[in-house]
Amino acid sequence: MSKLFSDKTKQVFLGPLGKNNPITVQVLGICSALAVTAKLEPAIVMGLSVTIILAFSNVIISLLRNTIPNRIRIIVQLVVVASLVTVVSEILKAFAYDVSVQLSVYIGLIITNCILMGRLEAFAMANKPWESFIDGLGNGIGYAWILVAVAFFRELLGSGKLFGLQIIPQAIYDAGYVNNGLMVMPPMALILVAVIIWVHRSVNKELQEK
Amino acid sequence: MRNKLRKYVDKLKPHFMKGGKLEKLHSVFDGFETFLFVPNTTSKNGTHIHDAIDSKRTMIMVVVALIPALLFGMFNVGYQHYLAIGEAAGFWDTFLFGALAVLPIVVVSYLVGLGIEFVVAQIKGHEIQEGFLVSGMLIPLIVPVDTPLWMIAVATAFSVIFAKEVFGGTGMNIFNVALVARAFLFFAYPTYMSGDTVWVRTGTTFGLGGGTPVDSYSGATVLGEVATSTTQNAQLTDIIGNPIGFWDGFLGLIPGSIGETSTLAILLGAALILFTGIASWKVMLSVFTGGALMALVFNNFGPDTAIAHFPWYNHLVYGGFAFGAVFMATDPVTAARTDKGKWIYGFLIGALAIIIRVLNPGYPEGMMLAILFMNIFAPLIDYYVVDANIKKRLKRATTQK
Repeated sequence: MSKLFSDKTKQVFLGPLGKNNPITVQVLGICSALAVTAKLEPAIVMGLSVTIILAFSNVIISLLRNTIPNRIRIIVQLVVVASLVTVVSEILKAFAYDVSVQLSVYIGLIITNCILMGRLEAFAMANKPWESFIDGLGNGIGYAWILVAVAFFRELLGSGKLFGLQIIPQAIYDAGYVNNGLMVMPPMALILVAVIIWVHRSVNKELQEK
Repeated sequence: MRNKLRKYVDKLKPHFMKGGKLEKLHSVFDGFETFLFVPNTTSKNGTHIHDAIDSKRTMIMVVVALIPALLFGMFNVGYQHYLAIGEAAGFWDTFLFGALAVLPIVVVSYLVGLGIEFVVAQIKGHEIQEGFLVSGMLIPLIVPVDTPLWMIAVATAFSVIFAKEVFGGTGMNIFNVALVARAFLFFAYPTYMSGDTVWVRTGTTFGLGGGTPVDSYSGATVLGEVATSTTQNAQLTDIIGNPIGFWDGFLGLIPGSIGETSTLAILLGAALILFTGIASWKVMLSVFTGGALMALVFNNFGPDTAIAHFPWYNHLVYGGFAFGAVFMATDPVTAARTDKGKWIYGFLIGALAIIIRVLNPGYPEGMMLAILFMNIFAPLIDYYVVDANIKKRLKRATTQK
C-alpha cells in the first residue's frame, strides 16, 4: 500500500484539484464548462463522464505507451478516447436519457476536450498505468468541481433551484426578488469561472504573474 | 468661507498621514481633500502636459452637463404619471413626484458605486478614483423609473467590479461602466427593462399621486410602438393616445428612460461639455451623421416594416440615441483616441444603432448595444489609423529618396 499512495502519487492526485487545476490554471476545457453548467445535474454528469473517460484512457494509453509508434500517437489516443466516449454516451442514453438529452452534443465533444489530449500527451505517454490512473482521476475531479461550483451558482441565482427543486422560497419572490436571467446565459459562466480564478489566485499567491 | 474650509482640512490632515491615528483612512481623506481642492501635486514620471483642470474637475463638469437632463427627467416622470392617471397637477406637484421617484435611484447608484470604490482604494492602498462621479449619475438616467432599487444596486456593483476594477480602475476600462450596468439589467431582468409597463410610474411615490390609468393608457415608448406597429407608417402617440411628432420627441414629454427623453435638455448638456472641450465634437457629430445616413438608407431601400420607414430625423430624437451620442459615445476612456479613429468610431455607432433598431425585432432600441460593441473595436480602429499613418510616412520617405 505504501507504494500505491507514495508522496508522488498523492501529488499527482492533489495537484489538479488545486494549484494545477485544468480549468482555473491551465485554462483547458472551457467550452464545455460554459455549455453544460446552467443546471447542476448535467454539470455533475458531465464531470463524472470526463473523469471516467480520462482515467481509463490514461490507463490504456499508459499500457500501450511503449508500443505506439511516435508518428501516429495522436490518432491512437483519439481512437482510445473515442471508443470510451461512445461507451459512456451509450450508457447515459440507456440509463439517464433525460440528462443525455440535456447534454446533447457535449458528451460526444469530450473527444475534443483539451484536457484529455493534454493529459494523454503530457502524462500517460511517460508514466506507469497506476500513476496515470490517479492523474486521470485528479484532473477529472479538478475539472468536475469547477463545473459543479459554477453550476451551483448559475442554477441557484438563475432559476432559484438546485437539482430542479425550488430552493428560494416563494415569499422572497413575493417581496420583489427576481431570478437573474443573465445567469442562465453562457456569458455568465465565463464571468463565474473568472471569479473562481480570481479567488484561486488571491489564495495561491505563487500563481500570480509578476 | 473657502479659507476656513482649507484651514479645517489642513488641521485634520496630520491624523490621516503616516503615523497618524487614522492612517488607515488616508485614501478616504485624500479623496475628499482633492474633491474640495485641486491638489498641488502632479504626476512625477513620464512626460505629461498638464491642463489647468484635473480629472475630478473634468468629471464634475460632465455631471453638471447632465443636470438639465436629470431635472427634465424628474419633471417628465411626474408629468407622465399625472397624464397616465388623468389628473391635472401643478408644476411643483409634478416635479416633486418625479424628484421623489428619481432621487432614490441616484442615491443607491452613488452609495453602491462609491462604496465599492472606497473599499477597493483602501485594500489596494491607492487614491480613490473619481471615475464613478459620472457613472453614478449616468446610471439613474438610463434606466426606467420603475426599476427596483435592489436591481440598480446589483447592476451597479456588477459593473463597477467587473467592468472597471478588474481592468485596473478608472481610465483602464474597456467598456463604458454605466452602459455595462444597463446591459446587465437588460439581460438579467428583461421584464423590468423593456415592454410597456415599466416606463411610466402609475403607482404612488412616498404616498404622493397614484391612481388608475385612464382607459386609453398605453405605457409603450415611441420606439416600442413603432416596433409593434402593423402598418408601414406607424401613427405615433403619447401614453394616452394623442398623436405626436418630431417636436414632442425633441422636447421630451414622452415615456422612456429617466434622462433620455428630452433631446433639448441633452443638447444643453452637450453645449457645456463641448464648450469646455471635455467631449469630442468629432465623435458626437459623426454619431448623428452615421445614424441619420443609415436611417435614410433604410427609409429609401429598407424592408417593408414600420421601423424601417420611421423618418430619419425621428430616429435621432426618440429613444436613447441623443443621450448615447452625447454622453456615452464621447466617454474619453472607451472611445477611439486618434482623430480619424473618432470619425470612424462615431459613424459606426450611429449606423449600428439604427441597424439594430431596424433589423432586430428583439431590440427596439439599439444604442446601448451599438456603443458597447464599438467600445470593443475602438483600440483596433486606433491601431489601424496609427498604422496607416506610419505606412503613409514611410512611403513618403522612400519616394523622396
